[in-house]
Amino acid sequence: MLEFKDVTKQFEGNDYPSVHKLNLKVERGEFVVFIGPSGCGKTTTMKMINRLIEPSSGEILVDGVNVLKQNAVQLRRSIGYVIQQIGLMPHMTVGENISLVGSLLKWNKEKQQERAKELISLVDLPEEYLTRYPHELSGGQQQRIGVLRALAVNPPLILMDEPFGALDPITRDSLQEEFKKLQREMDKTIVFVTHDMDEAIKLADKIVIMNKGEIVQAGTPDDILRHPANEFVEDFIGKDRLLESRPEVTRVEQIMNPNPITIEEESSLKEAIQKMHAKRVDSLLVVDESGILKGYVDIEMIDSNYKKKNQVYEVMDTAKYAVDKNSLLRDTMYRMLRRGSSYVPVVAENNKLAGIVTRATLADMVYNTIWGDETTEGSAIE
Amino acid sequence: MQTMMDTLSSYGWDLLNKTGEHLYISIAAIVLGVLVAVPLGILLTRIPSKAADRFISFVGILQTVPSLAILAFLMPFLGVGVVPAIIALFIYSVLPILRNTYTGVMEVNTSLKEAGKGMGMSTFEIIRKVELPLALPVIMSGIRFATVYLIGWATLAAFIGGGGLGDLIFDGLNLYKPELIVLGTVPATILALIANGLLSLLEKGLTPKALRKTV
Repeated sequence: MLEFKDVTKQFEGNDYPSVHKLNLKVERGEFVVFIGPSGCGKTTTMKMINRLIEPSSGEILVDGVNVLKQNAVQLRRSIGYVIQQIGLMPHMTVGENISLVGSLLKWNKEKQQERAKELISLVDLPEEYLTRYPHELSGGQQQRIGVLRALAVNPPLILMDEPFGALDPITRDSLQEEFKKLQREMDKTIVFVTHDMDEAIKLADKIVIMNKGEIVQAGTPDDILRHPANEFVEDFIGKDRLLESRPEVTRVEQIMNPNPITIEEESSLKEAIQKMHAKRVDSLLVVDESGILKGYVDIEMIDSNYKKKNQVYEVMDTAKYAVDKNSLLRDTMYRMLRRGSSYVPVVAENNKLAGIVTRATLADMVYNTIWGDETTEGSAIE
Repeated sequence: MQTMMDTLSSYGWDLLNKTGEHLYISIAAIVLGVLVAVPLGILLTRIPSKAADRFISFVGILQTVPSLAILAFLMPFLGVGVVPAIIALFIYSVLPILRNTYTGVMEVNTSLKEAGKGMGMSTFEIIRKVELPLALPVIMSGIRFATVYLIGWATLAAFIGGGGLGDLIFDGLNLYKPELIVLGTVPATILALIANGLLSLLEKGLTPKALRKTV
């Protein structure tokens, strides 16, 4: 998809090259995060891909074609681009901003509008926003539009230059999650620049750590946390993070209990009570016949409605609080503790129930981290 | 007052004619000024800012040459009449429009230019779709400023046979008829005020909707 071959960038007047003989291969659909201290060459490397900066020597291939052999303007239209300052055109409506590249490619008006509507629904913003102006939106909403603008003509490759860096932590968190989900669904190749290690671990399939214009280490977040290449990487990751690296990179799917106790929504309350009694639990997850999570029911709800209602779906709580099975345990743990809930259902695509994480599951994991996986079986009896 | 009315009735047609000429000279000079100064101003934003600053100072010096002197200078080359008058006035319109175009475009947020470039806009598209719309309020106020001044200075066109309301003023001076001077001056002032008002409206109308509240 994307390949760097001995790429060097020497700015005039600098003693050392900003990027020195960089070699890297990025596969289709991969989420690559460049990270490093400021001045390490990460942004320069990214901007050479769409030729905002011209390399001094070497080759950059996108789908096997050298970018330097292409018309720079055409090239940039075929690559999505998101910047930290958002850069929405203040004199254009949100819809016009989203359709910007489409209009450059001379798409007709209907096609532009249709695409804008399609995109805005992806980020759960109402369609009316298309006719508003950027300054009427919050920072987080503006950057959502900034991301949509990059997706508008469906480019296979998207470059992102610290896109969430200027947002407050809570907005950043939700945008990261939203974007990671979007990226998985759309199968885009992403080149992402950041200086925030948390962000890199959360989003990346591959992290490329750079320093002084060279790659220090490139690998999966797991690789880098478990086997930092040298002291620079260790320092950069931070000692704390190395200690708690397990929850950092463990996905919910790996530790969840895949057999939660469930009940179908058409079942009677009597059946529900029997199931609770048999399994020794005080609440049940409610699913429909195809296993889609519908809500939950606990003993209090049944107790207070037993005389009046007959079926589970009449009394259940439909609040579908759940986590995706691919999300990182670190985030789930935080949310569970914050909500004070004793368990959280885990879902796969389309809200299909996949498992459950309880506080006991978390205890197991902390135990394993301290004493190691091997001893789990033997000492579980204690 | 009686003499004023008499003059008005005897010079009525003349006044209308002269006002027309006056407008023609001023508008022609401004249109020429816009056609030259706006592209030139944009061009200046594309060269190193040091050179651009020098160029603007140079034009500024040109502007300080007394208008009468410019008219006199141009006479040997262009003769007398409407054309040299328009050209002399055009020279004065360049600086305010040029300076405002340059400043306006330079003030457009660099991240917007970068976003445009990164999105795949050609240089021409960046100018047309990003820089010009956003710099338009500043450019327009330069044009308005130049227009108001030019309408005043256009009275000097009479000096080299260019016509306009200046004719009435000069006639008044030569014939010792103060009411003729008034008859030339008042319409010129009114024209300038009307032009200022109309261009202000246009400026507001051309300002992108989203920017109106903040400006």
